[in-house]
Amino acid sequence: MRADRPTADELLEAVEEFLREKVMPAVSGHLNFHSRVAANVIAAVRREVARSPEIEQAQHARLAGLLGHDGDPRALNRELCEQIRNGGRDLDDAALLEHLRLVALENLGVDNPRYSAYAKLNGE
Amino acid sequence: MAEAEFEAALAAATRRHLEGTTGIADLRRLSAGASQETWSFDAAGTGAPQPLILRRAPGGVPENRSTAIGQVREARLIQICHDHGVKAPNVRYVLEEEDGLGVGFVMDRVAGETLAPRILRDDLYAEARPKLAGQCGEVAASIHAVPMGELDFLPEITPEQQWRNTWEAYEKFFLQWSPSPVFDYAFRWLKERVPARDRVTLVHGDFRNGNIIFGPEGVRVVLDWEIAHFGDPMEDLAWICVNSWRFGNIDRPVGGFGRREELFEAYERASGVPVDPERVKFWEIFGSLRWGVTCRGMAFTHLTGHDRSVERPAIGRRSSECEADLMILLGRR
Repeated sequence: MRADRPTADELLEAVEEFLREKVMPAVSGHLNFHSRVAANVIAAVRREVARSPEIEQAQHARLAGLLGHDGDPRALNRELCEQIRNGGRDLDDAALLEHLRLVALENLGVDNPRYSAYAKLNGE
Repeated sequence: MAEAEFEAALAAATRRHLEGTTGIADLRRLSAGASQETWSFDAAGTGAPQPLILRRAPGGVPENRSTAIGQVREARLIQICHDHGVKAPNVRYVLEEEDGLGVGFVMDRVAGETLAPRILRDDLYAEARPKLAGQCGEVAASIHAVPMGELDFLPEITPEQQWRNTWEAYEKFFLQWSPSPVFDYAFRWLKERVPARDRVTLVHGDFRNGNIIFGPEGVRVVLDWEIAHFGDPMEDLAWICVNSWRFGNIDRPVGGFGRREELFEAYERASGVPVDPERVKFWEIFGSLRWGVTCRGMAFTHLTGHDRSVERPAIGRRSSECEADLMILLGRR
């Protein structure tokens, strides 16, 4: 990511503000709805850009712990999914359930943290 | 077809099918759904204007979707349900080839509200809200009591087939990119618990807050019968409880307005059939999983270029809402 300004996030912030403050009040019906969807998409992308490095690192560490070896994070996720699918994982394993709970929170925290299940799953 | 041409064709069709009508007025498009177009209009004649709805395949051209029954069968089903006292709209006529409008049907337009946030929060529905879960139980029982012999045009989808259909969608929309460990977990959990095919009835298939017209007194009619089938009736009691249809009221499982016990008790009273909450829970978990996979599928419609919009790729990311719902349902056992 470039270090000079405006940063990628500052550019996206300007687009999000434009959609919310200029476009949405000026249009109605489907166009208003789609403008809001577009602004929410920008907001999700901003969260993803900001949090991805930390989330990927945390997931990588958890996957390596669950599988007992290191590797490419995507390959590790695939391996875990195959183990779950093929019966090679105990569904009652607390460490597995905690990993899945965190994955759900990490994904939803980027996509739509205002969804009602986020606070509940986060123990709030 | 240009809008003026479409309006003229609809006016001609309405004159032909509904005796005493002279034309139509106030034609408005209500939704631009992917699988259905919905239009509102009034038939004018000697008496008071008749409020009507046209449902037709997009552009009048039927699509080949494996789970949808198509507009002609949907119209027959709705009419049979209506005739058996189910709260379903009254179908007025089915489009014919000479109408030149493609595939669809016209039904009475029922006044009321379908927007869930209004039903859950507007004062107008405050008095009805505590009764809605029970009413939904009664309506579900009436749907499940429609004689199957009259519905021989509907497919049966067994519990096992439901699981497999959703798995195949998951293979297509997830596995070739990146699997979700939460969804894989839910698939296996469900596979180990697929209920037996025992009581088979008509199942609405999309019975939820958002597909029901409510008035200040409660349920008026149930809409959107396009994925109706024969199957496990508990599917319907579960789908209305899926958190995606609680619209923020997570602690009121039935549609965001009621308790499961109210739904189950009313259903048992009306049907005489006991409800097994564990089986409903199976279908609720299945419902969250299927909706999560379906959301991702909508993004694929966009990505494969069939129908570009900002809404569909955004819905694709809603699958993470279902991941969170699934971990609430599966994580505390």
